[in-house]
Amino acid sequence: MLGNEAIAQGLLEEGCSVATSYPGTPASEILASFVKIKEKNSLPAHSQWAINEKVAFEIAYAGCIAGLRTAVSMKQVGLNVASDPLMSAAYMGTKGGFVVISADDPGPHSSQTEQDSRLMAMMAKIPVLDPDSPAQAKDMISIGYDLSEAFEIPVMLRPTTRVCHSRQDIEAGKFGSFEKKAVFEKNPSRWAATPKFRFRLHTELEKKLEKIAAYEKTAPVKLNRKAASKKAVIVSGVAAAHTKEIMKDLGLWDKIPLFQVIQPYPLHRKFISSLRAGYDEVLVIEETAPVIEMQITDRRIVKGKLDGFVSGVGEIEPEAIEQMLCDFAGLKKEKIAIAQQPGRRPTLCAGCPHRASFFAIKKAAPKGIYTSDIGCYTLGLNLGAVDTVLCMGAAISQAEGFYHAFKNDGKRPDIVATIGDSTFFHAGIPALIDTVVQNVGFTLVILDNRTTAMTGNQPTPSSGFGASGETLESVDIEALVRGCGVKFCKTGDPCKTKEFIPLVKEAVSYAREKGPAVVIARHPCIIDSRRAGEKTEKIIVGITDACEGCEYCIKHFECPAILFDNDKKRAEIDPLLCSGCGVCVNVCPKKAIVIR
Amino acid sequence: MKRSVNRQIVISGVGGQGVLFITRLLAEAAIMKGFRVFTSETHGMAQRGGTVLSHLKIGDFSSPLIRPFQADGLIALKSESILQHGAFLKKGGWIFVNSPKKSDAGFNTYVIDADAVSLKAENPKSVNLVILGFALKERKDLEVEGKSLFCTFEDIKQVLAAQLKGKGKMLDASLSALESGYAVSIK
Repeated sequence: MLGNEAIAQGLLEEGCSVATSYPGTPASEILASFVKIKEKNSLPAHSQWAINEKVAFEIAYAGCIAGLRTAVSMKQVGLNVASDPLMSAAYMGTKGGFVVISADDPGPHSSQTEQDSRLMAMMAKIPVLDPDSPAQAKDMISIGYDLSEAFEIPVMLRPTTRVCHSRQDIEAGKFGSFEKKAVFEKNPSRWAATPKFRFRLHTELEKKLEKIAAYEKTAPVKLNRKAASKKAVIVSGVAAAHTKEIMKDLGLWDKIPLFQVIQPYPLHRKFISSLRAGYDEVLVIEETAPVIEMQITDRRIVKGKLDGFVSGVGEIEPEAIEQMLCDFAGLKKEKIAIAQQPGRRPTLCAGCPHRASFFAIKKAAPKGIYTSDIGCYTLGLNLGAVDTVLCMGAAISQAEGFYHAFKNDGKRPDIVATIGDSTFFHAGIPALIDTVVQNVGFTLVILDNRTTAMTGNQPTPSSGFGASGETLESVDIEALVRGCGVKFCKTGDPCKTKEFIPLVKEAVSYAREKGPAVVIARHPCIIDSRRAGEKTEKIIVGITDACEGCEYCIKHFECPAILFDNDKKRAEIDPLLCSGCGVCVNVCPKKAIVIR
Repeated sequence: MKRSVNRQIVISGVGGQGVLFITRLLAEAAIMKGFRVFTSETHGMAQRGGTVLSHLKIGDFSSPLIRPFQADGLIALKSESILQHGAFLKKGGWIFVNSPKKSDAGFNTYVIDADAVSLKAENPKSVNLVILGFALKERKDLEVEGKSLFCTFEDIKQVLAAQLKGKGKMLDASLSALESGYAVSIK
């Protein structure tokens, strides 16, 4: 099972009746697997993709107030979006068990930040569990529900990329019971608490935490019973998995005690005092922030991130752990220096409609400021068509910010924002309304490929179907944009280059004079339509001798199917990769790309 | 008690080539044979044409990642992978690489032009299975040192049939891609 499948399996074995999510790497497969397993076994649980993480959190939270076991999953930056309900839910607590799964991405491999969700748990004052493997992640769902129900508190599970996207042989267990009926006991002083009651809830929360810091089931574990020394190593998460293996390889297993922390926050009080009493020096290895380390109050005995012994940034790779263990144990080891060869940078797929949209935007507003957003189309930066990427929805609000910043200049730059359909729904709508209210002259191109492509093609609110393919209501993007008060809203197909470029030009000149203009660039994601088995007419293209080797197509279009032959000094089409969209015939300034 | 056979294998290529799919096949084959297995995969943005790397560890391991100089072998869907990921290999490790040219990588390197094989079969998306089929050829030189892949051509066929159950056309195309790689002789 993939780590995310193991988490989903664990949820269903524990009788989780409501699971919600918004897709984001490395968490996306949790809900997708939940749906798959639930459908296969006809389990009556509700599962859905929500419009964003905040909404997903609130849906699952209400379910647990009604006494059911529920869960919400997301990536770490998604937890930022859901942080508002998280902070309050910690105070109010739960009835049925509630597990918040926030997947971190040290590296980062596919994220804007390397933030540590365990710090968010600390800020919210809820316990957090830190799995080292898919198998342990599954076990921790069970521990998490027990803990949540024992103390009426939300519990966080914090897997990292190397847990979510590792595969391990795991036996599936029996599914839980789904017979529990929802019961909502009205209690406004708790579920609708005013500040006076919040103070009381906060006091109760502190008492809960005190007890959780002594909860037997989540106490740190000494993995190598026989080892005895005045030094000890403390690990959690995937660093524990690496350290176990490396200590055995280095012959340290029987020598230096190794403690695995199951619950990094709150760290067990007894454990903290036992360290002070028993050891002269402890090494703490954890990802990404020094959460465990900070709670070991006797700084004199600790080696870790705070004194620079362990790197405070990036993923802790096993070779780095090997080096640290050697240094800590006083073993001699030659430093391994590996010349890292740069890999290939990701690009938009051959035939991706976003590439055509970006090409049109650069033609329509060549000197514009291009604000963009989170999704596949972030890769428009390779094409020089993306200048800013901040966070979900910021393309629109940053466009507004630039508009106001340049407002008093004689010659204002054109501002063109790009946002995907899913991201627009997620966080773009309030920003768009703001631009209408402030009458911001900018062009918004909504890249509507009818899916959430980057994370594995999950449906959007306009798809008309849900997580398991069931028919749902569909929200009309044009009507939504008009409903926000936008007066210029036109739709076009970006792959019909000859019509689409004039459309974007029209929008840009409208924005200069009158106010916000929206173009909906509608063309299905190529991966999505391929999977659906949709057949489209393949346009076979070739390159004629008119090619002068100027590399315009390589630099400004960057299609993986157009290669540059360094010997012949000319462009070539790779028939293995070409999707046959035919957009490139309008790109070459010498008209050397032709239909064959 | 599960049988023990320790193998550490790196599989790499670029997004869209199907590195994850063959990693999955090998992992499932390991489970089928009763071995313990760990993989670590690349998902997300890199899958859009960027470098994709899988770690596959069969046997008694607790970490999902392979350290430098520990891998028994590398399956490279692009020849550039040897430069990028060759550092994972032990001395004397093996490489199966997709390349039109001979390789001078210095390991036990076996070259197949999987692009050409898959184009000839008019199934350009099957490069991953072609090279996997090639890597599954019985090789005396590797067997002797106990470093061969841990499973056989027949094992993978069985896993493939289970994975693509009910997808008749796709299964046929996949099996034929696997066989076409298996049929290529070692130069």
